[in-house]
Amino acid sequence: MAEQNSGARIPTVIADELHIVYRVNGAKTGKGSATAALSRIIKRGSDDAARGVRKVHAVRGVSFVAYRGEAIGLIGSNGSGKSTLLRAIAGLLPAERGKVYTDGQPSLLGVNAALMNDLTGERNVILGGLAMGMSREQIKARYQEIVDFSGINEKGDFITLPMRTYSSGMAARLRFSIAAAKDHDVLMIDEALATGDRKFQQRSEERIRELRKEAGTVFLVSHNNKSIRDTCDRVLWLERGELRMDGPTEEVLKEYEKFTGK
Amino acid sequence: MSEKTHDGGVAVSDRPSPDDGLTAAELAAKHGLSVSGARPGLAEYVRQLWGRRHFILAFSQAKLTAQYSEAKLGQLWQVATPLLNAFVYYLIFGLILKASRGMSHGTYIPFLVTGVFVFTFTQSSIMAGVRAISGNLGLVRALHFPRASLPVSFALQQLQQLLFSMVVLFAVAVGFGSYPSLSWLLIVPALVLQFLFNTGLALIVARMGAKTPDLAQLMPFILRTWMYASGVMFSLHTMLAGRPEWVIRALQVNPAAVYMDLMRFALIKDYGADKLPPHVWAIALFWAVVVFVGGFVYFWKAEERYGRG
Repeated sequence: MAEQNSGARIPTVIADELHIVYRVNGAKTGKGSATAALSRIIKRGSDDAARGVRKVHAVRGVSFVAYRGEAIGLIGSNGSGKSTLLRAIAGLLPAERGKVYTDGQPSLLGVNAALMNDLTGERNVILGGLAMGMSREQIKARYQEIVDFSGINEKGDFITLPMRTYSSGMAARLRFSIAAAKDHDVLMIDEALATGDRKFQQRSEERIRELRKEAGTVFLVSHNNKSIRDTCDRVLWLERGELRMDGPTEEVLKEYEKFTGK
Repeated sequence: MSEKTHDGGVAVSDRPSPDDGLTAAELAAKHGLSVSGARPGLAEYVRQLWGRRHFILAFSQAKLTAQYSEAKLGQLWQVATPLLNAFVYYLIFGLILKASRGMSHGTYIPFLVTGVFVFTFTQSSIMAGVRAISGNLGLVRALHFPRASLPVSFALQQLQQLLFSMVVLFAVAVGFGSYPSLSWLLIVPALVLQFLFNTGLALIVARMGAKTPDLAQLMPFILRTWMYASGVMFSLHTMLAGRPEWVIRALQVNPAAVYMDLMRFALIKDYGADKLPPHVWAIALFWAVVVFVGGFVYFWKAEERYGRG
């Protein structure tokens, strides 16, 4: 491994002193009263804090380089900035300071927001595919595969019914199937995606492994240390938006378990 | 083995490599990496948007279908809603306020219905545009696509909605004695120009609404003022008779009034060219091109900032 890597390690994602800040309107006092809103407007021109715009500094100066062929796990307690970091790498959240350089277009595995509950499963497969940037031909070619993978039609012809009639498990399975239908250069997986019954979970884990093989670099957010150990060779540990540790899986996880165990 | 490669911690390999000592920017440049989420050039942006045309169309159709999917009458509401709208305006302005002022019944009703539909087309494109980004943050934060897809798609949805309304409009025109003639062909260029104008406006308000979502609350009032100033339910020409010429001219070059007048001229037998301001097609073309191009560039300038907040 190392010998191959030494000369020809090709970076796919470079994060350079990355800062991400969310701005939340009217969160200062916690009550959204009219007078509070008015005073916020009057104080316009003064700094954000005085106007009641609260800043949430979600990622603070993270730097790392990811290389082709790496599977990188992201760990850290809730709210430590893992998902935010993924979105910034995908270019979906603008950086406050610093930059992310990427090779090609990294994609998040997730399509939920593009789907509409009032449409049939069939139309959602097409809409979701188009939203991810697939062509109509690609979708047509993959359509049956997506439906079969989701298992929606195992209990009757559900794919022609509106998605609002699906059980939550069925809807989640269809969403995952659509999202996983595309091949990616840099793939980012947020753990919340692994849903459905036991059988479907096994199928989706298998699909994620396939996607990993096709993708250049994979990022995986998970709170499950076992799945990190199974899939990743390198781990980034985020805490309060800062990169606390970056190294081989075992080393970082040992420290992390010590940290969370106490 | 691989432990060795990563021991150095953040971003630095302990093995001597030609990449050592490079800053992040130099390393990125060396391997041809580009800044994630950076705004592409205008030409490239147009190309990307064109590449997403199937998504834009599918999204607009999906929104249109989803709108009435729970109603018992289903898609029938696509036609019934504009019809009821026109009826309410007729009740108030035609029967109670008698705003027809010298127009015969056979002219006034198609005049009113055309005005309502054409103005609604612009109005709803703007209302949808204001929320195009701020109401779809989930989508903006999850998937990568040129953000202009959203306002364009919403404007396209309104165009399809209007095409449903046109069925009602044709029926009303014929019902009141204006039969299909060659002048009906003028509907097509008039609609194309208005669609360009609406899309431009949707792009402009989409950017403004993304930064200041409050605009969605304010917009209905602005639009209502605009509607009353554009002569939707009365003829500006008759209403303003006796006022200085420049007031009439100023109100007549107002884009909403121009597009309504063009549609009325095309459709209604007794609505002749004498009711149109001079150079009406040039004005219609001017508004369409200026607002569309300006709106597109204005929207594109903030491309990398959508999705924050």
